[in-house]
Amino acid sequence: MKFVDEFRAPELIAKAGQEIRRLADPNRHYRIMEVCGGHTHAIYRFGLKDLLPANVELIHGPGCPVCVLPMGRIDDGLSMAAQPDFIFAAFGDMMRVPGTHGSPLEYKARGMDVRIVYSPADALKLARNNPEKHVMFFAIGFETTAPSTALTVIRAKAEGLHNFSVFCNHVTIIPAIRAILDSPDMRLDGFVGPGHVSTVIGCRPYEWIAKDEGKPVVVSGFEPLDILQSIVMLLRQLRKGEAKVENQYKRVVPWEGNRAALRAMAEVFELRPYFEWRGLGFISQSALKIRASFREWDSEQRFSVPGVRVTDPKAAQCGEVLKGVLKPAQCKLFGRECTPEQPVGALMVSSEGSCAAYYNYEHRKPVTIARAAAS
Amino acid sequence: MCLAIPGKIVEIDLQNAHLAVVDVVGVRRKVDLGLLQDEPPVPGDWVLIHVGFAMSKISEADARDQMQTLTMLGEAEAAIEEVRGYGLENEELDKPAQRWKQ
Repeated sequence: MKFVDEFRAPELIAKAGQEIRRLADPNRHYRIMEVCGGHTHAIYRFGLKDLLPANVELIHGPGCPVCVLPMGRIDDGLSMAAQPDFIFAAFGDMMRVPGTHGSPLEYKARGMDVRIVYSPADALKLARNNPEKHVMFFAIGFETTAPSTALTVIRAKAEGLHNFSVFCNHVTIIPAIRAILDSPDMRLDGFVGPGHVSTVIGCRPYEWIAKDEGKPVVVSGFEPLDILQSIVMLLRQLRKGEAKVENQYKRVVPWEGNRAALRAMAEVFELRPYFEWRGLGFISQSALKIRASFREWDSEQRFSVPGVRVTDPKAAQCGEVLKGVLKPAQCKLFGRECTPEQPVGALMVSSEGSCAAYYNYEHRKPVTIARAAAS
Repeated sequence: MCLAIPGKIVEIDLQNAHLAVVDVVGVRRKVDLGLLQDEPPVPGDWVLIHVGFAMSKISEADARDQMQTLTMLGEAEAAIEEVRGYGLENEELDKPAQRWKQ
């Protein structure tokens, strides 16, 4: 009963659960993908699965930036940073992600100058404060963080700060959804669309999923009630045989997105012809690189990048879990060799990774609000 | 990294108009307003912050809801730690600590 009093409107939660049961056709099995890792975290944390009938299944999507980054890119970043007078700066999420010869944190223990920053603007500040060193910001994330990196590069150029560069690993969500829909072993009925990515890109970029693929999309907030309402909205569409894009998270997500953020991204980035995703393989036009007009602030254009390609540890089945083909606990390493304390794969590192979420909230079996609300 | 942190604009930096001091439950740090240049916030406005950049304007009620969501997700402490980390060094802008839940 730990979370019950923190839980807003438990009666509404119960009603949403009833409505889901009413709308779901008992003769049909629904597979709904929540694209965003933040949603995955919330679904496990609140035990929302327990409010769904057995024939409404949630599949965890690829929306955890740390998880989809292939190990080779971490190795590449650490290899560039191995030169003298160099500072490797990254978000805290990156610090424990294993590379072939250790995580950034382990490299720090061996003497590399590795710094945690909470904002790309602070990586720029590090460069300002350390003029005798080069600061490389290891940039990751979907469209939620890419505009901030873009604006930081614009500011570095405007300031004429030359000891700063970005190792750009930003990815875009739409091609990943396309790759999943094209995957032959994946059958999905609809999508809970990402909330904060949509603050930037708006709702229009999802329209092809409804129009061309015939699958409904509902952009959703992160509260338990938001997610359940989004599932209700999806089931309503499916029941009527409709497929359209709806916005459940109107209080934060404008239909057109954030134009200033999109302009900053367009000024600094262009699409890479292809990029490797862990688990999903090479996806064309799925990632961003820095335009030639900003080449001085692009680590890849400034330094030599080994371009390492590493396969994941053989026993770890991160790829299958990322694609939604396996549940976290079905991986052979789950909870034994691979835990949040000693992660083998990236999905166990980030709180948005489905393995970490499953381990923390399902594997350890806490009393969740959903169970409490249902009782 | 993907969860947004709600904050209230306290003042715009006079030297750097793209910077503003925000208050996140008593922790005050500078954030970048450049991604809201089409509708620049003014002191008193509430914004959602991602990695040190204000990303959207929201209502006060939505800001409260978002704080509640972070608390429920067990991310409130991480969010405060993130905000404390903005700017690298502590700039002594904080008010006395407030409780997250009000």
